[in-house]
Amino acid sequence: MPEAIAWFADIGIHDRPTAGGKGASLGELTRAGIAVPPGFVVTTQAFELFLAALEARAPVRAQIEACDADDLDAITALSAEMRRRVVEEPLPSAVETALLAAHRKLCGEAGAPVAVRSSATTEDAADASFAGLQDTFLWVVDADDLLARVRECWGSLYSVESIAYRRRQALPEGGVAMAVVVQLMVDAAVAGVMFTRSPTTGDKSVITIEGAWGLGSAVVSGEVTPDRWVIGKITGEISVRDISDKHVEHVPIASGGVEDRAVPDDRRRAPCLDDEKLQALREIGRKVERHYGAAQDIEWAVDRGGAVMLLQSRPETVWSTRAAAPVAEPLANPLGHVMGVFGVRR
Amino acid sequence: MGEIKSFPLPSSVAVVPGTEGAQAAYPYYTQFVPEDDERFWFYNSMHFPEPMHHFDMITAEAAYCALGAFNTRVHVLPTTKGIDHRIINGRVYIGGVAVTDPAEIAERQTLFQQRAFYYYEHWERLYDQWKVKMKALIGEATDLPRVELPEWEPIETTHSGKGVAANHALVDIYRKQLEGYFRMWQHHFEFLLLGYGAYLTFFDFCKRAFPEISDQTISRMVAGMEAEIFRPDEEVRRLARRAVELGIDGLFEEGMTVEAVFAELDALGNSGATWRDELEASRNPWFNVNVGDGFYHYHRSWNDDLALPFSALPGYIAKLRAGEPIDRPVEQLIRERDQLVIDYRDLLDTDADRATYDQLIGLAHRVFPYVEGHKFYCEHWYTNLFFNKIREFGALLAGHGFFAEEADVFHLTHYELESAIIDLSLAWSSGSPPLGPKRWPAIVAERKAAIAAWSEHRVPPALGVVPDVIDDPAIVMLWGITRENLDRWLAEDGDDEGKELKGFAASSGVVEGLARVVTSAADIGTLRQGEILVCQVTNPSWAPIFQKIAAAVSDIGGSMSHMAIVAREYGLPAVVGTGSATQRIRTGQRIRVDGGRGVVTILDEVLEDA
Repeated sequence: MPEAIAWFADIGIHDRPTAGGKGASLGELTRAGIAVPPGFVVTTQAFELFLAALEARAPVRAQIEACDADDLDAITALSAEMRRRVVEEPLPSAVETALLAAHRKLCGEAGAPVAVRSSATTEDAADASFAGLQDTFLWVVDADDLLARVRECWGSLYSVESIAYRRRQALPEGGVAMAVVVQLMVDAAVAGVMFTRSPTTGDKSVITIEGAWGLGSAVVSGEVTPDRWVIGKITGEISVRDISDKHVEHVPIASGGVEDRAVPDDRRRAPCLDDEKLQALREIGRKVERHYGAAQDIEWAVDRGGAVMLLQSRPETVWSTRAAAPVAEPLANPLGHVMGVFGVRR
Repeated sequence: MGEIKSFPLPSSVAVVPGTEGAQAAYPYYTQFVPEDDERFWFYNSMHFPEPMHHFDMITAEAAYCALGAFNTRVHVLPTTKGIDHRIINGRVYIGGVAVTDPAEIAERQTLFQQRAFYYYEHWERLYDQWKVKMKALIGEATDLPRVELPEWEPIETTHSGKGVAANHALVDIYRKQLEGYFRMWQHHFEFLLLGYGAYLTFFDFCKRAFPEISDQTISRMVAGMEAEIFRPDEEVRRLARRAVELGIDGLFEEGMTVEAVFAELDALGNSGATWRDELEASRNPWFNVNVGDGFYHYHRSWNDDLALPFSALPGYIAKLRAGEPIDRPVEQLIRERDQLVIDYRDLLDTDADRATYDQLIGLAHRVFPYVEGHKFYCEHWYTNLFFNKIREFGALLAGHGFFAEEADVFHLTHYELESAIIDLSLAWSSGSPPLGPKRWPAIVAERKAAIAAWSEHRVPPALGVVPDVIDDPAIVMLWGITRENLDRWLAEDGDDEGKELKGFAASSGVVEGLARVVTSAADIGTLRQGEILVCQVTNPSWAPIFQKIAAAVSDIGGSMSHMAIVAREYGLPAVVGTGSATQRIRTGQRIRVDGGRGVVTILDEVLEDA
């Protein structure tokens, strides 16, 4: 039987059923030697133990499966009830003990802020986007807060959208579970995203990097227009540099959480990454892509000391799933190709 | 859809007041006629960025004679014929002649495949043969006798029973020169369009397979590493190395003059003489590179003015002293290019694409030595010989009072020059004074004033109605003219105050620094380490100064221009084809060059000339 807690170094991409997609990916990256902030996963086993406690008090899964997919009022009422129960139910002591011990081990006696993120097990991208993708809690500083945030991640399985989606698809509740990632927080000077395949054209020969000041949440949430670079994957040539007006950044609050802060004028229009960092990111992007053998969408951060770290990497899905039609078929006489330039009115 | 976009009609462009005589003196077949309003014309600022001296028009004439002949009649390009050219206010406007009738295109396609494909199939043999032809032509031009009219015919004419006198030779040399120049341009276009077309075919494939690939990367995949264009710069490096080996490197310092160095070398005895011998070996032929594109008589060569190659020597010598390598790592460059080709191939999705890619890169590599190599023989070596020979006529005519100085000869059209030579020949034979001295000085003065007036006069980038699409392969290939460019030109009209200049992204990287505007070879010595070169034309002969600059910006040139290739090799940011950098940027201004985006930004208001 799997443990309630699994450290990144001990899991890989095949542990998705117990660690969720995000957790499994962070484990895989850690194993591949990519710099990832250390952390652990609260596995689906922990969730199952918690759910067993809930079920012991009153049915959960059976009640959801009984719900009519088209009865939004019923789903809304059920969602409220379930989320209340998730918050109120005490954690099984085995789970709580393991979680607090892992937290102490991760953060040391002096304590350190962590990020808490839901890590869905489902392969279904649409479902994942309802169930928990938005549940990322940054700069969580104490243990009580950590426990509350883990519950919130679990509770997201019972959001109205998530329940409605599963009912419409008639998915069995038996396979529904949620893992949670707990990871040391990077106090990011700069953060953003990186695509090892162009999001706009699908070009596999370029890496697109977007970044802004402060924590990456400002970029991911779309609150700031990030700087954008296009870099030749093979050549390292930086062919596009769009430096934007980055008016706001997300910074941590000492007591927990993050806040918006206006960026001082002298930094607003300054590029947030220099060429050296861009090339370092490109190298990391190539390494991750090679490791997986597929194009990746990556979240990254540069800490105050200048170290580049990956926060997440997931396979690119938009272009990779399209059938690749040849650009041009070879010809029996190769010279025929020049007719495309000379031979016809374009 | 929207309104018809139009540049001014040719008929609406007024001749600058006071220059009517100079305008009328251009050949009648280069003057706009009313029917030309029906067509689209654009200013060929890429090849002819400055007002044309009347003699220099011969370059446009010879080039378009040849380009059209090969497009229209020899290779028979299916969708385009030649280029018509007109001149107004000293500027050359050109218009393509598209083939639109489907039946005519079909007929031309058949002919094209018989002819052009033969060239592609036998490219190496025909190109080797081309070099032999060109060298023979260059040999003929080199061997032309000196232009002179002696007081008495030499006694050898008598002893050998030669039977022709010096005045006959004079006219003969001139006509041979013209014949040679026109022939050189024919040779020039024998391969050019086919070469560009094969390259463009690969280019288009890459742009479709890798929509965000930079132009520079594609040209890096194709670039030859041993092309003639690199050789002049390599000779300068060799001379730097020899100077160090001979222990005379101390003579070469920033700001030195060529004459002073020669005097010091001569005072040194053996080691100085050895180095001068080495210099002579390099000069012939490798210093026959013009400081411009070779289209104007005042684009002098390194051989005519050693200031440019000499200005590069101190930098190379300093590197050698510091133990840094200065040689181009040719083998490494070739390995890198080949690896690039392999790496991009690996990114392709299908076997079909990989097979097509192999076919296209193979063809591009086959044609590229010509694309890169021909310029040295044509635009540099031959052109240099040609204009210098015309200078001899200029000196002779000036000596006989036709005009004040040698270079005034270039204010005459090639027809007028022939008439002046015949006038002198008649006068020499009859013993009477020539009539030219009464005729030409006033005309030369009028044309000098016209060139000056035209230089100050801004001209529209294009004339006539904008076509919906520009699909003439010759115009797209040679001039990079697209509908998008034209729309930009229309939009930019009158936008002279902007701080941002756009051009072709020639070599990536971002640099901020002080601008140095260099408008002539004479200014090259003023360039200081770390400055940003701003010049009108980019040219391979400027390569040596790339070791000391931080970035390069030019008015003219595409991302395939040779300067762009050299900039990439030096790893320097470069933006070419900005149109007006030398007019809008001042020496000493702080500018930012973004070679990846093709943007130059003026950061200073201050216009303080250094």
